Amino acid sequence: MYLSKEEEKILSGEFGEALQKAMRLLVTLGDIFKADRLIDSKSAQISGVSYKNIGDAGLEFIKDMARLHNKIKITATLNPAGMDFKDWAKMNIPVSFAKKQLEIIENFTRIGAMPSCTCTPYLIGNLPLRGQHISWAESSAVSFANSIIGAKTNREGGPISLAAAIIGKTPNYGLHLDENRLPTVLVKVKTELKSTLDYSLLGYYIGSILVKGIPVIEGVSSFTLEDAKSLCAAAAASGNIALYYISGITPLPSGWSKSMKEDKIEVTDIELRNIMDKFNPPVDVDIVTLGCPHATINEIREIAGLLKNKRIKSGKTLWVCTSSVNKEISHRLGYSKIIEKAGGLIAADTCMVVAPLEQMGYTALATNSAKAAHYVPSTCNLPSKLCSLEEAIKLIIE
Amino acid sequence: MILKGRSICKGKVEGIALVSKTPISFYGGVDAKTGRVIEKNNELFGETVTDKILFFPYGKGSTVGSYVLYQMAKNKVAPKAIVNVETEPIIVAGCILADIPLIDGISENEMGKIKSGDKIKLDADNGVIEIL
Repeated sequence: MYLSKEEEKILSGEFGEALQKAMRLLVTLGDIFKADRLIDSKSAQISGVSYKNIGDAGLEFIKDMARLHNKIKITATLNPAGMDFKDWAKMNIPVSFAKKQLEIIENFTRIGAMPSCTCTPYLIGNLPLRGQHISWAESSAVSFANSIIGAKTNREGGPISLAAAIIGKTPNYGLHLDENRLPTVLVKVKTELKSTLDYSLLGYYIGSILVKGIPVIEGVSSFTLEDAKSLCAAAAASGNIALYYISGITPLPSGWSKSMKEDKIEVTDIELRNIMDKFNPPVDVDIVTLGCPHATINEIREIAGLLKNKRIKSGKTLWVCTSSVNKEISHRLGYSKIIEKAGGLIAADTCMVVAPLEQMGYTALATNSAKAAHYVPSTCNLPSKLCSLEEAIKLIIE
Repeated sequence: MILKGRSICKGKVEGIALVSKTPISFYGGVDAKTGRVIEKNNELFGETVTDKILFFPYGKGSTVGSYVLYQMAKNKVAPKAIVNVETEPIIVAGCILADIPLIDGISENEMGKIKSGDKIKLDADNGVIEIL
């Protein structure tokens, strides 16, 4: 891979060990994937933020990197942490966990990352433009950036996205190159998609059937921001889908029909309902978590509407996971008050996948996200039920 | 027998092979405190990867897996080296952070010739794997 003189100097350690390690990560990755050079990256989304995931060693690594005081100069946001920074006690997070989590955030902030932890960075001020090269981790946001925004990113991991944020560059390979962004397979949707849950199921089905590849989805008419983020998340959880197109909604690259393989996939209601059956444990749900990916204001409004003058049963928990920005807006709109009065909690900066639920004595979780239902059994050791937002709330109200 | 692969993270070590024909996710798949494989579906379930020359086709799962490798190295339970058929960014980043020698680019067929328990001399500077 070609390196400029400046890049060579960083790699040789002239500017210290932390920068050298960050450069080594980018250059090694570039060499493996036969990148010709490093290109400027305009934005980073850094994963590996929850103490539950990265542990003491991750914390130590970030502390090492934090010696690079204020080094990050590009827009860089963080993935969800293990708790709400302010309301962690209300979530019953153990104090020992909270101390470590706050230390991680302090150190990320010291490097220059924005201390707002969300899987929907595009909703809180980290919005790249069409065609820009970026370095995002968080598989649902990667797919949203590539598919909906039209920015260009590979599916980066925690250390690589951090390295790219520090250096401000990323190796030029994979989805940064237009020839690798051509669609490969047609997906025909033969059923009417009525809710955000349906889009989550569609994404889950596509991800599990294709595993890899770039689908063009046909037969989708109404498509909202909430539908988009749910589809992105589910297809990146059951498979490795980092880019898709929706016929008539997202622009297709020129000459795309030539890149398509012969085979196509048809999706009917049966395939979607079969997924629901996979996530239906025979135990009582005692925690409902909504907001995977992080809830939008529309979703929080809908939840508040369902909870108005209602009461959550004793012993049952509701978390609405969102960004700190949306939590503040919900507070100003009065939605937080309604949700809290019913006995629920808006949990910012975290989510059900990365919070230490396994340490908190729950029996089973219900969610409207196929991504969350997929991950929670292994990351939180909790059986998960997948259902619509309304059904999930019905499970726990009086 | 000598196999030639691609050098990714440098280093020279000798050790005992541990071979998985299925991909490994370090996040949720391997305990960072003990080095034990905890993913029930993996054929190495219950085995310890510590100080082994660990062979598996490729990495899978969450990208947090890189930090798990780093954590294992700090806890002194990391593998001595890793050999993949086709490596990917999670394993690469983990090996760079943790200073674990890494080679990829041997075929599935070649990996099939290596058995758990074989004594291995690995030269990741040159991508050479020797079965002693």
